[in-house]
Amino acid sequence: MLTNSSSQYGIISVSLHWLVALSIYSLFALGYWMVDLTYYSSWYRTAPYWHKSVGILLFGVVVFRLLWRCYTTTPSPVASHSVIEKRLAKLTHNLLYLLMLLIMLSGYLISTADGRPISVFGWFNVPGFGEIFPQQADRAGLVHKYLAYFIIALSLLHALAALKHHFIDKDFTLKRMFGRSAR
Amino acid sequence: MKKLILAAALSAASSMTANAADYKIDTDGAHAFVQFKISHLGYSWLYGRFNTFDGQFSYDAAKLAESEINLVIDTASVDSNHAERDKHLRSGDFLNVSKHPKATFNSTKVVAKEGDKFDLYGNLTLNGVTKEVVINAEKLGEGSDPWGGYRAGFAGTTSFELKDFGINYDLGPASSTVYLDLTVEGIRL
Repeated sequence: MLTNSSSQYGIISVSLHWLVALSIYSLFALGYWMVDLTYYSSWYRTAPYWHKSVGILLFGVVVFRLLWRCYTTTPSPVASHSVIEKRLAKLTHNLLYLLMLLIMLSGYLISTADGRPISVFGWFNVPGFGEIFPQQADRAGLVHKYLAYFIIALSLLHALAALKHHFIDKDFTLKRMFGRSAR
Repeated sequence: MKKLILAAALSAASSMTANAADYKIDTDGAHAFVQFKISHLGYSWLYGRFNTFDGQFSYDAAKLAESEINLVIDTASVDSNHAERDKHLRSGDFLNVSKHPKATFNSTKVVAKEGDKFDLYGNLTLNGVTKEVVINAEKLGEGSDPWGGYRAGFAGTTSFELKDFGINYDLGPASSTVYLDLTVEGIRL
């Protein structure tokens, strides 16, 4: 099934979830590694170029994901979840979306602080608007760094919660994220 | 203790006003520049500058040896025309501006050379490290300006090793020395 129903995630939502998850962990690892590259490393220019290119593309994917979420049915929470679990899950999901957007925005503000555009794999340029607030590159850089740590921590919590449902509660919360239905 | 401070203040004030004329560096009109260059890979020059600094000097052509200059540079104002590079330059790899927001130069000695040239000795504090440097300086000119003031202008160059100031990021074998290029125009107070 391509689209969601009230009890099941369709292929599009499932794919979007795992694509975004994979991209975020890859970008985090790449970012964590690239900031300490030495000047003569052959990756010194390539790694940030890929990081920025993938980040911009991911922004497109996330925007599509949010629109998709708005305009299609979202499956109801698994019935066996407690009220507090449902609330915490909802809060975590919303926070993950917010963090993604803030991290991508802050990343954009670092690289465009002098008005330079961001090239996406040389396919197209995203224009820059220059310095919108003082010390933009440094401040946006701090936000980018700490929110990245935050989203990784929060997503690990999100994953731990899913594993708890799978192995301890033995419900179908995690299976559902692979497109499975209740039975 | 109070007397001592008063005496120090008085002697400082008198030494400032005694002989040479005092000038304020014209940063308001941006007729002063603190620029640097460093080799890129050994193939070309990278130029940058500090946009925010302030200072004053005293100067008298007849008593050159009594001249002095004090300069305070806001290290966060480094500008190499590339925001990502400037961010890196402000980081702990280079200028460490959050820990060392100011760089200073305080002259200690002036030695006249031929013509309008002279050697300006002083202490440069950068990245929290203070070292003596010698600036090869030259007076470019002095005289009345068209707006009722009196100005004097100087240019000077010096160079130092980045590692002497605790900056150890490896930019390659050709890029260990940074060249400073200063131009100051002062308005007589």
